[in-house]
Amino acid sequence: MSSSVLKIDNLHVSVEGTPILKGVNLEIRSGEVHALMGPNGSGKSTLAYALAGHPRYEITDGNIEIDGAGLLELDPCERARLGLFLAFQYPVTIPGVKVADFLRHAISNVRNPERREGEELVPMREFRKELRSRMQELDMDAEFARRYLNEGFSGGEKKRMEILQLAMLAPKFAVLDETDSGLDSDAVRVVSEGLAKLSGPGMGVLIITHHERLLEYNIPQFTHVMLAGRIVETGDAALAHELHSNGYAGVRERHPDAAAEETEALAGQS
Amino acid sequence: MAITQTPAALPLTSAGFEAFLATRSEPAWVTDQRRSALAVWEEKLETPLDPEEWKRVELRTFRPEQFSLQPAPSDSVSFETLLEDRAEFGGHVRHLNGVCRRAELSEELAGQGVLFGDLATMLEEHGDLLRPHLMTRAVRPDTDRFSAWHAAFWTGGTVLYVPLNVEVKAPLHSLIGLAGAGAADLSHTLVILEEGASATLLEETVSADQQSAGLHVGSVELLLAKGSSLRYVQLQNWNSKTWHLAHQCGRVDADASLQWTVGGLGSKTAHIHQDVALDGRGASAQVNGVTFATERQLISFYTQQTHNSPDTTSDLLYKQVLRDRSRVVWRGMIRVEPDAQQIDGYQRCDALLMSNHCRNDAIPGLEIEADDVRCTHAATAGRVDEEQIFYCMSRGMNRYEAMHMIVEGFFQTVFDRIPVKAVRETLSRAVERKLRLGDDD
Repeated sequence: MSSSVLKIDNLHVSVEGTPILKGVNLEIRSGEVHALMGPNGSGKSTLAYALAGHPRYEITDGNIEIDGAGLLELDPCERARLGLFLAFQYPVTIPGVKVADFLRHAISNVRNPERREGEELVPMREFRKELRSRMQELDMDAEFARRYLNEGFSGGEKKRMEILQLAMLAPKFAVLDETDSGLDSDAVRVVSEGLAKLSGPGMGVLIITHHERLLEYNIPQFTHVMLAGRIVETGDAALAHELHSNGYAGVRERHPDAAAEETEALAGQS
Repeated sequence: MAITQTPAALPLTSAGFEAFLATRSEPAWVTDQRRSALAVWEEKLETPLDPEEWKRVELRTFRPEQFSLQPAPSDSVSFETLLEDRAEFGGHVRHLNGVCRRAELSEELAGQGVLFGDLATMLEEHGDLLRPHLMTRAVRPDTDRFSAWHAAFWTGGTVLYVPLNVEVKAPLHSLIGLAGAGAADLSHTLVILEEGASATLLEETVSADQQSAGLHVGSVELLLAKGSSLRYVQLQNWNSKTWHLAHQCGRVDADASLQWTVGGLGSKTAHIHQDVALDGRGASAQVNGVTFATERQLISFYTQQTHNSPDTTSDLLYKQVLRDRSRVVWRGMIRVEPDAQQIDGYQRCDALLMSNHCRNDAIPGLEIEADDVRCTHAATAGRVDEEQIFYCMSRGMNRYEAMHMIVEGFFQTVFDRIPVKAVRETLSRAVERKLRLGDDD
């Protein structure tokens, strides 16, 4: 399998005129698992949305590339077709759209990036078979496929749905934005195991989390700490463990300038 | 088959009335009904339309004199029909410019005494059977100027009669077509189900081309006797130059059930007065609406669910998508008569706005004179959610496909209520087609 690289270079992002990311640098290669940690408001989710191309997140400087191809000029669907996947912290409900129909359209596009609307979808029989086996692997009831996307889903079901999409789309790079938040421990286990089964040499993973459980199943080679819109430290799994046990006080102490910016930004909000 | 062919264009005016009558060969009571309707029409022209019903319907550019009854430009006019080519139908009726061009019914159904054909022919052959029902119980000529105009000048229309306890399983198809500039269609749909009978009738209205301005002043009467069951679908799919003015009424007797679906897709301006009357104990009606307005279309519905008897149920769900500069109006009323206790009346209208220039008016209302009832109504209107679009796009769909998916999903709750596959697929295809029209903004 060919190796790919997602390169984030000096990324600056503003939301409604307010700078949130102030120069993020990060490189993720196929097969690597990266953890991104940091206090609330440090810019983790902003990075996730900016990577996926959400129109509200304005990139004011820097660059994002996959294997040398720039992402900034691409809309979200083109990025998805290049192999980027975001598991949403708050998955969106699409009333009246069945999970199976949604996924069939999604994989038809991602597997055939030149596809235009109205052109052929992946064949129904193959698709059903594939969906069924992915769902079994994730311990999901077959009935799920006929439900409307995220409508009436519990928090755990929504997150599992994100993992199912990840499984079906098999991206080159997966960004998981707090996929473990708001779940009971059983649900966290299911999601964590699911991700562990899916990640492999062909996929680079960026896990944004506050917790440690997801990382127990998916041990990161790299842990990054974000503070006030920058990655201020990078370490290995031990760093994630330390942050989980001791919180961010130590990080703030080691990076007083960033800590001051954080305080200032918080003051500006209130 | 007695085709009453109109030889040349006939104006729909008092001056043209005698010439019009001369083209008809029908029982004397029908002629009398026409004459008295003409008198009512002349009178109604002098009185303003009910503002409550008509104030949101733009009629200033309506020129009735521009339309006439006219022969079709050719016998072989073809239509982009949404339904006709499907195989599963038990019978077909096709009208062109108000004149029946095709009437077929499977031998099996004909053998059971089912009648399916056009009104002009049916009146000649079964006048006594139809007489008690035609414009007497459901849509009366004196309702307003359009019902009177229709009653004076109706030309044809689809009749379905199902005898006692006969179950018509295969759906029946009716197409009402218009061809040529200024052509008028005044067709009258009459469905009579005797006790315990059941049937499904799918009707579509369609223009031969996209340029010719047409006029439809129509009427639909659905008469359900005790314990009968009818599914009726009307897909209004005229071109965007055509006026659609319709009075439609279903009367549901004890323990009968009516499922009525209206598709509002075409026309320049449409106003549909849709009444459902629950006349007998245990009667139920489900009313579904799928409207997709684009460009400068105005589509207006004036619905009434009248509970005349106890233990009756009515359930109306309208789903409306608007884009460009279109306008959609729904004014819905649930009326409960004093004796109609223990009824359940429901109405809901949801609108999805796809542009900043469209306009939606939804005006639900209740008039309740009984004291032990359950009546619920709701109306919502919202824009397409950008977060939904982003979510779909992040899964590889382009903006257009995402929008398409969201709109289809919006209609899905109505589609889920319609068990006829042909209708679901047809509506879904029509939606797809509408999505490709109009300008993006």
